[in-house]
Amino acid sequence: MFEFEFMRLAFAAGAVVGLLAPVVGFFLVQRQMSLIGDGIGHVAFAGVAAGYLIGISPVWTALVAAILGAVAIEWLRTHRKAAGDQALALVFYTGIAGGVVLISSAGALNANLFTYLFGSILTVSRADLLRIALLGLGALVLVAVLLRALLAVAIDEEGARVAGLPVPILNGVVSTLAALTIGISMRIVGILLIAALMVVPVIAAQRVAWSLRSTMGLSVAIGLGSVLTGLTVSYYANLPPGGTIVLTATGLFLLAAGVETVRGRL
Amino acid sequence: MPLALRFDGIEFAYPHGPPVLRDVDLEVQEGEFLAIAGPNGGGKTTLLRLALGLEHPSRGRVELFGEPAERFRDRPRLGYLAQRAQLGIQAPATVREVVAAGRSALKPFGRLGADDREAIDRAIERVGLITSAGRSLTRLSGGQQQRAFIAKALVADPKLLALDEPTSGVDVEAQEALAELLGRLHGELGVTILYVSHEFGAIEHVVERLVLVRERIVFDGPPEALPGVWHDPSHVHV
Repeated sequence: MFEFEFMRLAFAAGAVVGLLAPVVGFFLVQRQMSLIGDGIGHVAFAGVAAGYLIGISPVWTALVAAILGAVAIEWLRTHRKAAGDQALALVFYTGIAGGVVLISSAGALNANLFTYLFGSILTVSRADLLRIALLGLGALVLVAVLLRALLAVAIDEEGARVAGLPVPILNGVVSTLAALTIGISMRIVGILLIAALMVVPVIAAQRVAWSLRSTMGLSVAIGLGSVLTGLTVSYYANLPPGGTIVLTATGLFLLAAGVETVRGRL
Repeated sequence: MPLALRFDGIEFAYPHGPPVLRDVDLEVQEGEFLAIAGPNGGGKTTLLRLALGLEHPSRGRVELFGEPAERFRDRPRLGYLAQRAQLGIQAPATVREVVAAGRSALKPFGRLGADDREAIDRAIERVGLITSAGRSLTRLSGGQQQRAFIAKALVADPKLLALDEPTSGVDVEAQEALAELLGRLHGELGVTILYVSHEFGAIEHVVERLVLVRERIVFDGPPEALPGVWHDPSHVHV
């Protein structure tokens, strides 16, 4: 399958997404904000629609909308305007409603839209790969630089606040990274499924890991394995890549849960 | 002896709520071991949060080591054990990983150095968990988990150790072990300790001073001077 350039591009972009999504998802799961990716994804959908309407690449408008959505959720949470799940619900429904209205106004309710919603291995261009690689690398470097502070907030948010760590800023960084991950991953996995790739590898890894370090390592291994396996299956079985990738991750979760059960009985 | 903490004419109420604290004047000297007790809802946790600059008083002034508590600069040197301290995450963090998180504010960037690793091991050793340093917290008892969080609070060499209901959810044996540990740490390190609890039986023999709070400070003195009926904080009426 690697004789085709579109597959080489899809695999290269998929590798970045497979690395980044679980790393960012690790912090979302620990903050019990597993569904934030869905909320941001729906705002990104409105961004795609806005891109069609104003004639700009939907990838960029989706990225901007996702970041604005993440900032809105974090602002609502930290200023206690709404509880975490309510903030998520507000942004979630506003995003999908706005997206439907905008996409209808743009007359873009067509098959091409589905490649943004559910991903497609045919659509990754060289320019997409360059953007995914640069933004993905930037996000991973940011996580590496802030890793200890982010972990401290995840482990004990109140203790981190007492110790003087800028907790609201660090939480904002995590939400923005989630938005960035959605923005750069939608060509491969799709807006509606990328949140799963951020969360499922992490909750699978937690079943069998023995430390934070091993949780993060296993999450990345499961994320990367799911993307590469999912893309391969998608190519040979002619299935949509987003769904295949997420179902592979779900399969690995079931495997991890089985291992945990067996280990518990020994 | 310089002051670690000073409350001057403090009043506090949450937005649209009745007063939680009124007319609170309190001075705590550096190196003191102070227990703050009182009935549930009496304002003791609020008092601690004001001391740490996490809440702003409606009236009055709170000073921490001579600076306004909210703008206290040496924050990494405040050790804090939150109410029902437990892992805020579902991932299996080891004791060493949890304690290392206590160094993050001192050194937010870059790799941990040999001095950090030494400090982490020393803190774990002080609380008697060195043989469990690599074990996940989820595999430890409630009392051991509390010790891991105390090690985290100790690892940045704190000037002040603030513990909010540290014995909630642990059995009597673990409560006594915790009191013995805190007494020993106070003797060895000379750190100022603020210990907030709705009941203080386990800690009574190791603290130097007891403050009972029920909206106001209703008792401030050595535990042995406390009127007998008030040993059950639910009987504290003013």
